[in-house]
Amino acid sequence: MEDHHTASHHEGHKVGFWRKYWFSTDHKVIGIQYGITALFFLLFGFILMLLMRWQLASPGIEIPLLGALTPEMYNQFGAMHGTIMVFMGIVPLAVGAFGNYVVPLQIGAVDMAFPRLNMASYHFFFWGGVVMMASFFVPQGAAKAGWTSYPPLADIETMGQTMWLWGMVLLITSSLLGAINFLTTIIQLRTEGMTFFRMPFFVWAQFITAFLLLLAFPPLEAAGILQLADRLLDTSFFLPSGLVTAEGPLEVSGGGSPLLWQHLFWFLAHPEVYVLVLPAMGIVAEIVANNTRKPLWGYRLMVYSLIFLGFMSFIVWAHHMFITGMGTAISAFFQVTTMIISIPSVVILSALFITLWGGSIRFTTPMLFALGFLPMFGIGGLTGLPLGLAPTDIPLHDTYYVIGHFHYVVAPGTILALFAGIYYWFPKMTGRTMNDTLGKIHFWGTIISMNGIFFPMLIQGMAGVSRRLFDGGLAYSFSEPVLEYNVFMSISAAALFLFQIPFIINFFQSIRGGRKVEKANHWDATTLDWSATPTPPVPHGNFESVPRVYRDPYEYSVPGSGVPFLSQDTAPPAAPSDQILEEVEA
Amino acid sequence: MELQIPYEVTPRRDTGVNNAKLGIWLFLASEVMLFGGLFAAYIFLRMGADAWPGMETFDTHEMATRADQILSVPLATLNTVILIASSVTMVLSWASLKMNNFKGFKLHMGLTILLALGFLVVKAFEYGSKFGHHVYPETNIFLAIYFVLTGLHAIHVTGGIIVNAYFWGPGTKMWLNGNAHDKAHFTNRIEVAGLYWHFVDLVWIFLFPMIYLV
Amino acid sequence: MAGEMTIEEVKKHVRVYLYVFGALLALTLVTVAVSRFDVSIGPALVIALVIALVKGALVAMYFMHLISEKQVIMWVLLSAAAFLLCMFALFISALVDQEQVALLMHVA
Repeated sequence: MEDHHTASHHEGHKVGFWRKYWFSTDHKVIGIQYGITALFFLLFGFILMLLMRWQLASPGIEIPLLGALTPEMYNQFGAMHGTIMVFMGIVPLAVGAFGNYVVPLQIGAVDMAFPRLNMASYHFFFWGGVVMMASFFVPQGAAKAGWTSYPPLADIETMGQTMWLWGMVLLITSSLLGAINFLTTIIQLRTEGMTFFRMPFFVWAQFITAFLLLLAFPPLEAAGILQLADRLLDTSFFLPSGLVTAEGPLEVSGGGSPLLWQHLFWFLAHPEVYVLVLPAMGIVAEIVANNTRKPLWGYRLMVYSLIFLGFMSFIVWAHHMFITGMGTAISAFFQVTTMIISIPSVVILSALFITLWGGSIRFTTPMLFALGFLPMFGIGGLTGLPLGLAPTDIPLHDTYYVIGHFHYVVAPGTILALFAGIYYWFPKMTGRTMNDTLGKIHFWGTIISMNGIFFPMLIQGMAGVSRRLFDGGLAYSFSEPVLEYNVFMSISAAALFLFQIPFIINFFQSIRGGRKVEKANHWDATTLDWSATPTPPVPHGNFESVPRVYRDPYEYSVPGSGVPFLSQDTAPPAAPSDQILEEVEA
Repeated sequence: MELQIPYEVTPRRDTGVNNAKLGIWLFLASEVMLFGGLFAAYIFLRMGADAWPGMETFDTHEMATRADQILSVPLATLNTVILIASSVTMVLSWASLKMNNFKGFKLHMGLTILLALGFLVVKAFEYGSKFGHHVYPETNIFLAIYFVLTGLHAIHVTGGIIVNAYFWGPGTKMWLNGNAHDKAHFTNRIEVAGLYWHFVDLVWIFLFPMIYLV
Repeated sequence: MAGEMTIEEVKKHVRVYLYVFGALLALTLVTVAVSRFDVSIGPALVIALVIALVKGALVAMYFMHLISEKQVIMWVLLSAAAFLLCMFALFISALVDQEQVALLMHVA
């Protein structure tokens, strides 16, 4: 790293508002843009969920301002809740925001490898989001065929589905450009001494995530192109011959296969699950190591598990399709790979638990969220095992059990980790800390009410309540014993909403009014994002001088070092043994 | 005023490549998966089809048993030759820059663009003759595949033409007004544009036998 | 490709490009000629695929310089190729397996 950082200082004052905040090429500004936009979408998707829960708890009762929910509206909210949360909320927050902001800082890079491409990724994401939101206002409303958009239903859907596809094309383009940028940045721009096995676990997680995005998204794009052709050019890629709808036989050539969509969709969407989870694991690993003041237990093992996980995630997808009439041989293959892929996840989770052992844990707000992630993700993973085996999946599929399972992975799992990340890096971004008391209220309220929403779903699902019922199961006598949970879940959902208010207040209030950090390395962390940059970092360039890396990522409490922690850029003392040798030789 | 990103032009020592080179290959890897997904769809649909291509031929009105009874193999062969030739001129334009021969670059890059335009013209004739016979993507699943795959490929060709035209015209400023470092940068850019262009050629090399011949 | 090449070396490369051009043209003619004979679908597919693979390899190796490319790029391409092959293999076996199920149900 020679003289790359010199030209960075004499700008920043003269540029106007739009250049500085909207068309910025600085990875930190882009990260914050992603973060704010994604948080907005998360809130919006959350409100859709509240409306659906209102309907499920009290079917047909009018919602203030909106009136009673129609089945069409319910289906729109369901489809868009999934799409918004996955593609416009969590992925942009986990990858776009945290990845963009933190990865270059942690590897000692002045920016991403392609800053203008980075800006373009954000704008593709933003306009993809705009198209999705606009689809609520077209005739007959937004997409109603679920976030998975299964044909034939999706093929014969209303205009909202076409908007959904165009929106997805933009979001996929954004993710692909982002993935190319992350991979190039991590491979090419690591500072001197930052070898692959000295990279913080968070960077590794983003690295594997970017690989998954790069190679798994294009098949969905292919599927999206085919579905667009079906809708706009009247082809029949996903329409079998002789299909009859409520309006009579469909006038298409037929000869296509609805299962083709499911294969292409899940080829993306299973790796996508890991795209949702891996960055969360990365955030948790950083925070756990920092707050136990210990190195991560089994760092290399965790990295190898991560790589293995990434590879395996490409060959497990059809466990989403056990009830499509799949043959037994191929279903046996996918059951085996699914069982195998649970092993590396367990290894990572166990390593994080073992890291806690014997640590002097600081119960800061980010640490609370990170600790909350561990058991919640555990429940999410364990409830997934019965779904990975065909005999147990067949009765459970399409029930609330599935909803409960993956929400445990993504909501109390990933979202808690993302909150942890916000509390952890907020001081880095703003130079001010968030309020601890409000943060703790937020944590306890969130984790309790989230469990209140999702645990009863597992029970309802095992009772056989279908996940697609507009009335929450009212029409079926077998769901009667578990019907009262609907009210409990909806009250929990409302409580979850109330407990986000302290967070929102805390977030906005702390930007200007939070306590100023006393030192750049606010958490006494070893990684370069805290140890080598000012807080907040230098605009366009990050570092006052580009750091050099001398050690492993988590050298906390190193015996005999005499200091609480050794950051990665701490130069080793002139080795005494060498001196002695020299003296002896002299 | 722009921030200087390391390894924009010169390769990094341990990886041996510069950023743009790695970036374009990553992009091409994703393109491999995009077209791979479509090829997989093609295999899936064809294996599941009762008849292939499954429609009447234009002249005899019997059921076609082969794709070349519906599609024009001579035109497609011509297009294959055109695209391969454009790939050669593309690599020659890069080699000219390596030999510091700017005129050679202009010539070969110009030829590449012309050949690419020729490809699109032939393609347009092909599509036109199908439409003339009232044959559209919706006619059957074989034609759906044909139009979507070749259409997506044609979009890629168009993108390549735009990029190459930029480097043939306004993009040359970097070479003409620049120092040795800028010239090396420009040569890298042509190499990267070339990698994309060869990939478009490569996709066609698989599309051609798959759709027209087998 | 390493940045430092002498003009002589580039000229040698250019000669290779022209040979490759010739080979590509010849292979195009061969694959079209073979398709003129009424070969049954199995062998026809194999022949067409082998020729396409050879042509593709020539373009990738020489025009795209993969033959002398760095390890990191090989890794990227190998992983993409591996996942692509997995996808093809699993798509095909899922379909074949399913057809067998349909057949069994038909018999029953």
